[in-house]
Amino acid sequence: MSFDYDKWLRPGKLPHIWCPGCGHGIVMKGLIRALETLQLKKENTAIVSGIGCASRLPGYIDCCTLHTAHGRAAAFATGVKMAKPEMNVILCGGDGDGTAIGGNHFIHACRRNIDMTYIIMNNMIYGMTGGQFSPCTPTGAKASTTPYGNPDPGFDIAKLAIGAGASFVARGTAFHANQIDKLIVEAIQHKGFSVVEILDDCPTTYGRRNKYKSVIEMMNRLKDVAVPVKAAEKMDPEQLKGKILTGVLHKQDKPEYCQEYAKVIERAQGTAR
Amino acid sequence: MEKKLPTIEIIEKYCKGCHICVEFCPKQVLEMKGFVAAVKDLEACIKCMQCELRCPDFAIKVTA
Ligand SMILES: Cc1ncc(C[n+]2csc(CCOP(=O)(O)OP(=O)(O)O)c2C)c(N)n1
Ligand code: SF4
Ligand code: SF4
Ligand code: SF4
Ligand SMILES: [Mg+2]
Repeated sequence: MSFDYDKWLRPGKLPHIWCPGCGHGIVMKGLIRALETLQLKKENTAIVSGIGCASRLPGYIDCCTLHTAHGRAAAFATGVKMAKPEMNVILCGGDGDGTAIGGNHFIHACRRNIDMTYIIMNNMIYGMTGGQFSPCTPTGAKASTTPYGNPDPGFDIAKLAIGAGASFVARGTAFHANQIDKLIVEAIQHKGFSVVEILDDCPTTYGRRNKYKSVIEMMNRLKDVAVPVKAAEKMDPEQLKGKILTGVLHKQDKPEYCQEYAKVIERAQGTAR
Repeated sequence: MEKKLPTIEIIEKYCKGCHICVEFCPKQVLEMKGFVAAVKDLEACIKCMQCELRCPDFAIKVTA
């Protein structure tokens, strides 16, 4: 049966601004399927983003939405969650927004373990501004600012999130479209800061410069590099060379920030000692 | 008994011609017609929904 995306989209907003074959559209559809699966209430769900192509996502979705400043989605979202802890708060944005200018906000939201879900669309580049390298651009790759190849190693967003203290971390890809909503559902259900990295593609500013002949080639690369965590357990390091693990990578129970903060209020009011 | 064919709706004003649906359809049901996707062989469709799932642009709907 055809899935009814229209129910979750603001009327009259399509076609969206993303280029032909841009993975952000595939991620947005995954998020919508997750919202439907969980039957979240629009008035009780806030979707918050920073700046970039990926960060345009909330503008299309018929929930409470905030399109904020570059790299600052986590800060604004924390404000929403603290004021209204009963709300479902979902952040989204790109690799540049989240790991460069917003890197600090990102790691501290992880450390705090505040109950929000962060969907980070990693196309390994600053798409919106014409293809400058980001902290996630792989070594050797070409960007407008690294025409001779990027000398830096890229961040592993999932490892960064785990190291910084996020209590749920998962990774999917735009090729594995079917899995995106499932990862997001599990992330939203998790109590604590959950990070879902989706590897996607920017055919316009990354693909062309890095000799991908088409969007299809970029999708097939995602298919080839991804290894589900379960399958990886049975593989040796040689077989895992150049591969990227997908699925739920980390899940842990630990104190959640809003609940801990409520205890601080109780203590301050002298209602608990 | 006659096979019930699905309906494949392609919303041309949303389609950006990325080829994803054409390429990832396991049964070569779709093709590009100029800049937009079009149905070439409806009979071959197995209603797997891969095209609808993968289209980044909400441009294709399959009703079984
Ligand atoms: C304070 C500030 N600095 C720089 C910019 C310019 N800028 C806009 S989007 C962007 C990068 C976006 O990259 P990413 O988050 O990866 O999103 P993508 O476009 O790749 O989806 C930059 C540097 C800005 N808008 N504001
Ligand atoms: S520039 Fe890249 S990231 Fe931005 S919409 Fe186009 S393909 Fe997507
Ligand atoms: S439903 Fe499956 S078989 Fe039918 S057109 Fe779409 S991808 Fe092809
Ligand atoms: S996947 Fe969608 S946008 Fe791309 S060619 Fe097919 S219908 Fe058009
Ligand atoms: Mg990016």
